[in-house]
Amino acid sequence: MRRLALAVALSVQLAACGGGDATPSDWIVLALTSSPTNLDPAIGLDESSQRLHQLIFSSLLRIDDSLRNVPDLATRFEMQDPQTYVAEIPPGVRFHDGREMTSEDVKASYDRIVNPPEGVVSLRRSAHADIGSIETPDAYTAVFKMKQPNASMLIHFASPWNCIYRAAKLKEDPRFPEKTILGTGAFKFGEYVKGSHWTGERFDGYFRKDRPYLDGYKAFFVKSNNVVTGIVGGQFDAEFRGRTPKESEQIVEGLKGNANVIEGPWVTNLLLTFNTQRKPFDDVRVRQALTLAIDRWAGSQALSKISVLKYVSGLMRPGYEYALPEAELVKLPGFGKDINKSREEAKKLLQEAGVSNLKIKLVNRAIGEPYTTGAIYAMDQWKRIGVETEHSQIETKLFFDAMKDGNFDVLVEFISDFADDPTAQFDKILTKKMSSQAASGHTDQKVEELFEKQARAVDPAERKKIVNELERYALTQAYSVPILWWQRIITNHKKVQGWEHQANHFTASDLVNVWLDE
Amino acid sequence: MLGYIIRRLFLVIPTLVGVAVAVFFLIRVMPGDVVVVKLRADGAQVTEETIQAERKRLGLDKPLIVQFTDYMIGLTRFDLGKSLWTGQSVFEEIRIRFPVSLQVAIMATLIAVFIAIPLGTLSAVYRDTWIDYSVRVLAVSGLAIPSFWLGMLIILGLLAFFNWLPKIGYVSIFEDPVANLSALIWPALSVGYRYAAVATRMMRSALLEVMREDYIRTARAKGVYQKLVMRRHALRNAMLPVVTVVGLEFAFLIGGLVVTEQVFNLNGIGKLFVDATARGDFTLIQGLVLLIAVNFILVNSVVDLLYAWLDPRIRLS
Repeated sequence: MRRLALAVALSVQLAACGGGDATPSDWIVLALTSSPTNLDPAIGLDESSQRLHQLIFSSLLRIDDSLRNVPDLATRFEMQDPQTYVAEIPPGVRFHDGREMTSEDVKASYDRIVNPPEGVVSLRRSAHADIGSIETPDAYTAVFKMKQPNASMLIHFASPWNCIYRAAKLKEDPRFPEKTILGTGAFKFGEYVKGSHWTGERFDGYFRKDRPYLDGYKAFFVKSNNVVTGIVGGQFDAEFRGRTPKESEQIVEGLKGNANVIEGPWVTNLLLTFNTQRKPFDDVRVRQALTLAIDRWAGSQALSKISVLKYVSGLMRPGYEYALPEAELVKLPGFGKDINKSREEAKKLLQEAGVSNLKIKLVNRAIGEPYTTGAIYAMDQWKRIGVETEHSQIETKLFFDAMKDGNFDVLVEFISDFADDPTAQFDKILTKKMSSQAASGHTDQKVEELFEKQARAVDPAERKKIVNELERYALTQAYSVPILWWQRIITNHKKVQGWEHQANHFTASDLVNVWLDE
Repeated sequence: MLGYIIRRLFLVIPTLVGVAVAVFFLIRVMPGDVVVVKLRADGAQVTEETIQAERKRLGLDKPLIVQFTDYMIGLTRFDLGKSLWTGQSVFEEIRIRFPVSLQVAIMATLIAVFIAIPLGTLSAVYRDTWIDYSVRVLAVSGLAIPSFWLGMLIILGLLAFFNWLPKIGYVSIFEDPVANLSALIWPALSVGYRYAAVATRMMRSALLEVMREDYIRTARAKGVYQKLVMRRHALRNAMLPVVTVVGLEFAFLIGGLVVTEQVFNLNGIGKLFVDATARGDFTLIQGLVLLIAVNFILVNSVVDLLYAWLDPRIRLS
């Protein structure tokens, strides 16, 4: 038996030392929890596609660790008037094939988003519909003329999906980005083995001198539940989506003092959407009663220990300058700190609405964290005012069918974006006319008017006022109400240095400033 | 024998056509929209107009009969179409993953055969002794323990005792045998154990059955050594049901290692199947079902040929 144990130990040691993957030491090994859906950033909107595109491509602007717009390619980016934006790019920016990038490339890339040629699907066309024309007065200047003011436009210019392609290649074949990966980013494309991994090598001609520090990266596509063992067992150096508190603890324990934990907020929340096309959810009193019953403050304390659910806020991310301050938030239904008082009010509202023995069909995705966690918490809270819930957890594709067909009483949804943009954050509270993703089914002219007004208000102070008004109104009408906002916990080996936390899982993946402290 | 093989091959064609037709229409009864899941699952704000445009780009707006005709014409040219999720060729998607699943299946089969035949034989020969009891306990445990759970124990064991996990990513055995085997031996062991348990029990019961036959008694009465009786007369006949079980298990492993592949991060057919089903990627599911059908047909044919080799009476009939 001892001989057998010794033989197993020796063979494991031999396997650990010999052979293996020839990843050089100054290459980082990453885990991504899914494969990219498309090589073309105009089509691959998912998280994995985006993370990989950032390593290859550049944009005019980018988002910094405070979610503010900062220059990426552009050396100057100016709003001359609410309908004119001027971008200046420096000379000498090179594509990975050695050709210089010019304003023609910027124009061709944006034209492809706004007016896609035959055969090209531009998934983000509607967000850029206000761009009227793009002029290129010289080789390094692009002027964007808008059809009408758009308060979110600056955010769109920093969108990680607005990558710059080579105009000449697009002219030859408008679909070339689906087949060929050619950008100006910090890493050149190496290899893509579907379902397995993606590699990239340092681009020596990168426009930011002395960057990147790494010689390359290898990103493996793995199931989320293999990330913890993978990091502890040395299969990967890092994973940048985020782990639950429990998983983070396991990594810290497993790495025995060699882990680095970075925590912060996340522009993502968990929402409850009420089906106003069904009785009794067409009655605002019933919706208010259901949101009043949820103790978000206690939930924040308890759930944040086991789940990514943590922050109490309205429809804007906590900490964002447009978010309602706590003093105002607590006055809105469901956000007060005296839960007993709120629940009494909830019971009274249900009684006034003539609703007794309410049983809700709560439709949710079959994804444990944080969807199951959040739903169970809501069910528990509703039980305290005598409301019973049937929790229907279904596959994502069936979830979208239920959402489309209105086959639910209450839906567990989320809002997630790469930046704080009220236009995007309000998407789920809108009427069907305004947004194809609004599942509540209500009609509300005031919501439409306020939404449109904030979308056109380019003055930040004015916009904030309208955003706050819409938020207060929407949370009182309770078509869609957040349960809690997410916390982002990144736990990796401490040898991974230079990575800065951002409150979203789409950006900050370009690895430009990351190095390995071996 | 050649005529037999040719006949079998001709029978493959109508079987595959039947599978292709059935799977094409049955899959489309499944609820869910691959385009909506692809574009909206990560929270992207995509308009209905864009979803329709993507559906058109993928050819999903065409009438079902047109899609079916395109699919069947494609099959005649060995073109399985493109994945609705990645836009890549289904053949290519499968080609990348197939070697991983095939190698794990072969390694698990070898492990199972090398364990099952000696243990099953020992168990039958030393029936109702401590050897028999030990083998039976081992076999019942193998049947009771799910492969993926054993896989998880293996991973945790490697981490706890050696603070080590095999390198992730598939490297061909011809390129780097040590890296290849150090990564694939663990899933092969976790699957092979259950596989061995099934085959051991089959080997034991088949051998016990054969050893009661008249020709064995006759051989013993003639004074033939026990070892020779076993090797020449009993084992060969007892192998028939074992070969069936081994063949079926092998065919199942290609595409059946759904959870085990996920536990060990293997980029194999099982994982691809689960992903394709979860996303509603019709074209990929069709290709995978055809692959599994071809695989079962081929393995069954090989089993039939082995029957004929093991028992000449079958060949003659």
